[in-house]
Amino acid sequence: MSWVKNTFSSSIGRKFAMALSALFLMFFLLQHFAINITSVFSAEVFNDLSHFMGTNPVVQFALQPILIIAVVYHFVMGFVLEAKNKGAREVKYAMNKGQANSTWFSRNMIYSGLVVLAFLALHFYDFWIPEISTKYIDGDMSGLMANGDFRYYEEMVEKFHDPLRTGFYVLAFVLLAMHLLHGFQSAFQSIGARHPKYTPGIKKLGNIFAIAIPAGFIFIALFHHLTSH
Amino acid sequence: MSAHKGLNLTLKVWRQQSQKEKGQMETYQVSDISPDSSFLEMMDILNEQLIEEGKEPVAFDHDCREGICGMCSMYINGEAHGPGRGITTCQLHMREFNNGDTIYIEPWRAKAFPVIKDLMVDRSAFDRIMAAGGFVSVNTSGNTQDANAIPIEKHKADQAFDAATCIGCGACVASCKNASAMLFVSAKVSQFALLPQGQVEAKERVQNMVKVMDEEGFGNCSNTGACEVECPKGISLDNIARMNREYLSASIKGE
Ligand code: HEM
Ligand code: SF4
Ligand code: FES
Repeated sequence: MSWVKNTFSSSIGRKFAMALSALFLMFFLLQHFAINITSVFSAEVFNDLSHFMGTNPVVQFALQPILIIAVVYHFVMGFVLEAKNKGAREVKYAMNKGQANSTWFSRNMIYSGLVVLAFLALHFYDFWIPEISTKYIDGDMSGLMANGDFRYYEEMVEKFHDPLRTGFYVLAFVLLAMHLLHGFQSAFQSIGARHPKYTPGIKKLGNIFAIAIPAGFIFIALFHHLTSH
Repeated sequence: MSAHKGLNLTLKVWRQQSQKEKGQMETYQVSDISPDSSFLEMMDILNEQLIEEGKEPVAFDHDCREGICGMCSMYINGEAHGPGRGITTCQLHMREFNNGDTIYIEPWRAKAFPVIKDLMVDRSAFDRIMAAGGFVSVNTSGNTQDANAIPIEKHKADQAFDAATCIGCGACVASCKNASAMLFVSAKVSQFALLPQGQVEAKERVQNMVKVMDEEGFGNCSNTGACEVECPKGISLDNIARMNREYLSASIKGE
């Protein structure tokens, strides 16, 4: 299997794997958004969907591990590529006009990525670690509070009381939008999916996705911050 | 000859004695430069001035001075081959600048392109990539077939031709924030992969060329597209996508 090792340690293979992990993350974002947006309309629907996602074995033991691997691979490889790329130019230009030939977003993926990573750390601390500990350490798979209602909606809304946390959520999603304004179409290029007929459409779709999904998450955060007391 | 107002310019030029020694930016003044002169002619004037002052002239690469050899490699005011699109440094004219401007002139910066002297860099890494697969083997056992006897789709022939216009100048590497050579290598991979004569060795070619590209210390591709914008020959990012496909499929299907 040395061909696998050779392929994924080559520059092209690494970017291919980076793009695959990113495509999975974007698919995950979309489904996460689809569930979260229901919380704006109905606590009940949100609770039911959350309980399903939190207890369904396919989600928990197939998709969740893939997600963890994708996230870890993506940011670890993000750092590896950044270090290698920096190393490929040891002496910097005294005068360099990157803005003349490329977008700011495309040149600063590591910085937008870092803010998203900080957000992910907080997000894991806020939701994922408590979930895992309740379900798999305490062994409470019911998803219920003492009063017999589902706990998910309450737990989420409570997090958005804090203006600092809400502010950071908003900031992180603005940076995610920047990440995806370059990243969405870049992922297709990395896997070689480029065609004069489809690429303009992919770029348009990418811009819509990059703005609409983060804007939607920001809306949800602000909605709960402003309406919960 | 049209009457012109000569340009007075401040030049900040990278000076470096040799690969081993450290270099630094030096400041020079040139005056009454014709806006009709080319950038390299302006450099010639600077060098005559330096020689008259008893100083060492600035070493820079150049050969054809008509945009076909790819030798003239200067990073001018923060861009490969300076401002302007689809041109090499020898095709850049002083009318692009204004009287009183300060112009930064630096060598290509990449670990894989070490500075030989001043503005000259060693681009033999490109030669080694070519030697790894940038050719079609002609095993002439019997009669070589007339190339025109092989039918080739017109749009494929055009794409191969476009890829083959790459002059190996290295502006793509110089412009890339990662000093990646993907545009150059993909142009060379594509010009062969698109044609029947090149398809025979396509799998080994892309694998060998990418391997050497990585070993030479070029960076990875972040798809910023800077290379395509700065390339004097308009080599398209389509080639990079094609090389990604060729490489990945060769990894799976190759020996
Ligand atoms: C939900 C989270 C994230 C999503 C949806 C996402 C999405 C993407 C996409 C689509 C790409 C383009 C892939 C390609 O060029 O082939 C990308 C590239 C990148 N991502 Fe992320 N990303 C996320 C989180 C992160 C994090 C946490 C980091 C942390 C450092 C990061 C760092 C990078 C870097 C450095 C690149 C550019 C790699 C390169 O082209 O050299 N990303 N990301
Ligand atoms: S791809 Fe363009 S910029 Fe790069 S070496 Fe070829 S001609 Fe020069
Ligand atoms: S000197 Fe030949 S391309 Fe400029």
